Order: sequence, then C-alpha cells, then structure tokens
Amino acid sequence: MKQKFNIITSTCVPLPLENVDTDQIIPARFLKATDKKGFGDNLFYDWRYDKDGTPKKDFVLNNPIYKGVILVAGKNFGSGSSREHAAWAIAGYGFRVVISSFFADIHKNNELNNFVLPVVVSEDFLAELFASIDADPDTEVTVDLPDQTVTNNGTGRSERFEINGYKKHCLINGIDDIDYLLQNKEKIEEWERKNRQ
Amino acid sequence: MNTLFDKIWDRHVVKTVEDGPTQLYIDRLYCHEVTSPQAFDGLRRRGLRCFRPEQIYCMPDHNTPTHDQDKPIEDAVSRTQVDTLARNAREFGLTHYGMMSPDNGIIHVVGPEKGLSLPGMTIVCGDSHTSTHGAMGAIAFGIGTSEVEMVMASQCILQQKPKSMRINIDGKLAKGVTPKDVALYLMSKLTTSGGTGYFIEYSGDVVRDMSMEGRLTLCNLSIEMGARGGFIAPDDVTFEYIKGREYAPKGEAWDKAVEYWKTLRSNDDAVFDKELSFDGGDITPMITYGTNPGMGMSIAGTVPMLDDIPEAGQGSFMKSLDYMGFKPGDKLLGHKVDYVFLGACTNGRIEDFRAFASVVKGRRKADGITAWLVPGSWAVEAQIREEGLDKVLEEAGFAIRQPGCSACLAMNDDKVPAGKYAVSTSNRNFEGRQGPGARTILASPLVAAAAAVTGRITDPRDLV
Repeated sequence: MKQKFNIITSTCVPLPLENVDTDQIIPARFLKATDKKGFGDNLFYDWRYDKDGTPKKDFVLNNPIYKGVILVAGKNFGSGSSREHAAWAIAGYGFRVVISSFFADIHKNNELNNFVLPVVVSEDFLAELFASIDADPDTEVTVDLPDQTVTNNGTGRSERFEINGYKKHCLINGIDDIDYLLQNKEKIEEWERKNRQ
Repeated sequence: MNTLFDKIWDRHVVKTVEDGPTQLYIDRLYCHEVTSPQAFDGLRRRGLRCFRPEQIYCMPDHNTPTHDQDKPIEDAVSRTQVDTLARNAREFGLTHYGMMSPDNGIIHVVGPEKGLSLPGMTIVCGDSHTSTHGAMGAIAFGIGTSEVEMVMASQCILQQKPKSMRINIDGKLAKGVTPKDVALYLMSKLTTSGGTGYFIEYSGDVVRDMSMEGRLTLCNLSIEMGARGGFIAPDDVTFEYIKGREYAPKGEAWDKAVEYWKTLRSNDDAVFDKELSFDGGDITPMITYGTNPGMGMSIAGTVPMLDDIPEAGQGSFMKSLDYMGFKPGDKLLGHKVDYVFLGACTNGRIEDFRAFASVVKGRRKADGITAWLVPGSWAVEAQIREEGLDKVLEEAGFAIRQPGCSACLAMNDDKVPAGKYAVSTSNRNFEGRQGPGARTILASPLVAAAAAVTGRITDPRDLV
C-alpha cells in the first residue's frame, strides 16, 4: 500500500451524490476478511451490481467512458462507519485521489493512511468539475501534491488544497505514521513516568 | 485553553509534530473482530509486540449470532474472524472476552459497565461509535485499522486536534421524549456533517438530568453529526455509576480519583469555537424518513418537500426517498412496519429494555411484526431477568436474544429483507445497513415498542 505520491494527471470518475457513507463504499457483509486484499472488487457493491451480481449499467463504475485514478464525489464523502475497508476498497480499485468539497474526518485519515490523497476543493470548483466531466468525460485533472494545487485541465481553473506538512512528507516519501511513532519510544515512556504516580 | 476537552487533551500530549498532528497518549484501546485482524498482521510483519498489552481489551461483537452462541458460528467467514481475534489476543497477551463469556457484549456497552472507561481518559477503538464512552467524561473516538495498529505498537496516535463545540440543551424533556430523541433532533438540525471537525461537549439541564444510560446514548450518536466525539463533564451521576464496578478504582484510590474527576469541567469563561443552544421542551419523539441519520423529523411531521432541499442535494434526497418508498410531503404516522429492532450500542442497555417493556406491558406483539430484542451485553441480559422484565416481554409475545451488534449492521444473520420497513433503535439508516434493500426508520425504544404492538408507526404517548 505504501506508494510514493507526487504529481498525478488523470481523467476522472464522477459520483455527484452527497453524503456517500462508508456502508455504500463497502457494505458490512464484505468486512469479514482478515487481510486487506480484494476489497476493490466490492467497492460500491450494492450500487454497482444487481442482486444476482450482474453489473448495473447505469452506475458510473460500469460505464466505460469514465475511467482514471481520480474519484470525484459530492459533499460529505465517507461519513458513517470508521471501517478502513472503505479506504482499502478505494485504493484496491485503483483510485489514487478522491476530490470532494467535504470529507468525513475518520475516512479522510483512513485514505491518507493508505496513500490515497483526499483533495478538498470549493463547492464552486466541484460543481464546475462535475460539469466539465459531464460535457467531456475525457477531461483531465492534475493533482500536484508538492505544490498543493488541483487543476481542472478542461477549464484551466486551479485551486490550492490543504494538507499538513507532516502528512505531505509521508505521502511524498512513502512513510507511514508507525514508522514515525516507533522513533520516539523514549518520549512515550517519559510521559508514562510523569503521569503514573 | 480552558475547555474540558483542552484539559484532557493537553494532559495526554506526548509530543507535537512540527507542522503536523499531535502525538497523543491513549489510555484504553478496545478491539473487536472486524477492524483488528489487519492491525495484528501489520505488527507481525514489522516484528512488533503490543507496547502496553494491559491497556488493550478485545471482544467479538459485530459477527456474533444472537442465538445458539454456545455452538460454533454457522457462517464460516464470520467464524474465522471471531476465532482470529481470540488467537491474536492470545498471541499478543491481551484480555479477551470471548463469545459466551459472561463479560462479553458490545464493546461500547461493556467498557462503561465494567468500569474500564473512566473520566479523564483517552479511549479509542476501530469503531466510529467509540464516541459512546464520552458519556463517562472521557475523550473517546473511533479510528481506522492503521491507527489501531499505531496504538498497539506505541500506545499513541497521531491526531489533529479537533475544534471545540458546546451544545447546551436547557429546559426539560416532555414525557415520552428520550435521549435518543434528543440526539435525532440534534442530527436533524446539524445534518450528518454539521459536527465534522469538532469535538462536542454536551451540557445544560437536559443533559444533567439524564441517567448514565441516556448520556451513553446521546454521546454514541455524536459521530452521526460528523463529530469525532462528544462528551459530558463527569458529575455525581457519573461517579455513582462507576463506583464499585470491576475496574473502578477502590478505597483510597477511589477518593483520589474522584477528587481529580471533579476538576474535569470546562471553566466558566471557557471559549468554544462554536456554541449552540436548544430548548429541551421543543423536542418530541422523533423518527427518520431517509437514508442518513440527519434525515429526521417529529413523529407526527411530514417528509420535507423538494423545494426545501438545496439544489446540490436534491438528487441525493430523491434517491433516498425512492429507496425508502416515501414521497415528499408524506406523513409517516400510521405507516406499516414489518420489523422492530431493540438493541445496539445506541439503545441496548437496561434502561432501554425498561422503556420498551413499559409500553408493551399488558399488550401483545402485533401480527406480522418480527421483533429482535437484543441486549447489549450478558450483564444487561442478566439484569433484565433479575428485574423480571423478561416475563413482561414474554407475556407480550417477545423473546430476548443473545447479545451482540446484531441487526444494527446485519453482519450476522439478523438481516431485514429487501423492501421491508424496520423501526430500529440503532444508529444508522444507510441504504442496505440492516440488509440489502432494508428500509430503516431510526427511533427510540418507546417508539420501537409502540410500533411493535400496533404494527404501525405510532406515537408512544398515545399508548401511555
């Protein structure tokens, strides 16, 4: 899962729905695995497949004109359950970036911890991007992590996005939080001594 | 720097990462079978042990069947997950309350009832409803599996400090209005993203007047407003609840603990990033009509009209109503119900069973209703029997099942069939949450009981 992240240019998969919760991203009955593999196959399962497993033609993942490693979703993406399986499903499917105007907290962290970049854009930018993709499914977006900018190459509109310096460093260098935490065990023990009298 | 949140948070800061998050010390980690196996795997891959195994408690709850728990779980994949937790707990030297152990139940019910969740603590679990433990006056929040691994490896987590919000609910709740209704009311006002980025402190007369069970319900639902967590300053109600519980401090340690816990309150001049006030008297029994918990209304209300919804959300709104089989402007009172679920970390405690029993006493379960009454833990189950509630429920045609998360997320075989309506005391009405195609109406135990004996959405105040 540890992938180094730099600049990505790709077409997008649009999902213009608000409040997409993690139960939709990966329904609970698919959470029974004890490893992180295979979740991409069940991404958005109940929206993607009929009861008998036939792909639903009208769902965006089944529409061959939409492809790419960037998922564009409506406001409040990833609300609900803390299941990291949702991030594993998104990463497992092959998405590297999710663009939305608002993310739920826990899911946002889960994406970052799996080297998927959540990019928060303004409502305006998002609406324009959905319109661009609707008019031309080949519209490309460039996400430049070092520069912290996201550009709709269809219209040329660009916006800066926020990410803290630490997490940016982790993504660019393919380092995770545990690597970091293990470096300062002494500090942890010092805290325990101070707080355990 | 003078809110209760600041006080607990600051005390647990190990280090602040430059231009980054805070490294926060965690007092308690709870693990269940669904979100932990990959974390244990991660430790094995890195050749690590748990840093502080004595601060980690494990129990299966999501997959457990609510019948025949003494027999092996029929579903092989569920069984593997439950067995994997037991094996991992053994390998890493962690306390494990397995199925059929009298200590087992839903983590968020068991933690407080054993005195494991205490005021002033930092508590995490790979489960968004960890916010429940905030009722004890603790900073408690749900985390992902990578973060579970982080805590196992270092007893710390890297987190951005959330903003602070205080929600004051003053006045008095009317008869028939419960803490669940308060939470559903708040969600309908704040939406499911109104609390995102915040940690909520609940205060005001209504909150002070709540029992611990009620506070646990309220804090449980903080995440449904998008908040990372919600908590309540500990007071005499809290101390009374904790005293004498298995892991509660005893003797001199108790006095010392209470002395410290009494300092755990926001200063009078504390400044919050956001402050909201509501009047408890405005709240009525609530139900949801849509597919997120923010889509709630008074039980006697009508589903909003399309024009009431902002344009960008209209597509999601109509998709949601279509799924539920409702139309804008519909009145839901009197609508047919097929299933009733009492339980979950939201409403699976003794008080919830008392409330349910108070409505069904002397009545009969309606024809055509399938009712699942699932205690949150074996301790709750034992108390139900001790208080004789089991007799009341049985006489009314209801059976008590064995504890677990059950139909809240239907990972076991308690699944509501497609197209059927379930009045549920759980926390989420998402599409497919209670089974593919299931239609969930969230409500309090009183509303659930009223539906169970009438077969329809019924205002419980009409039955009392």
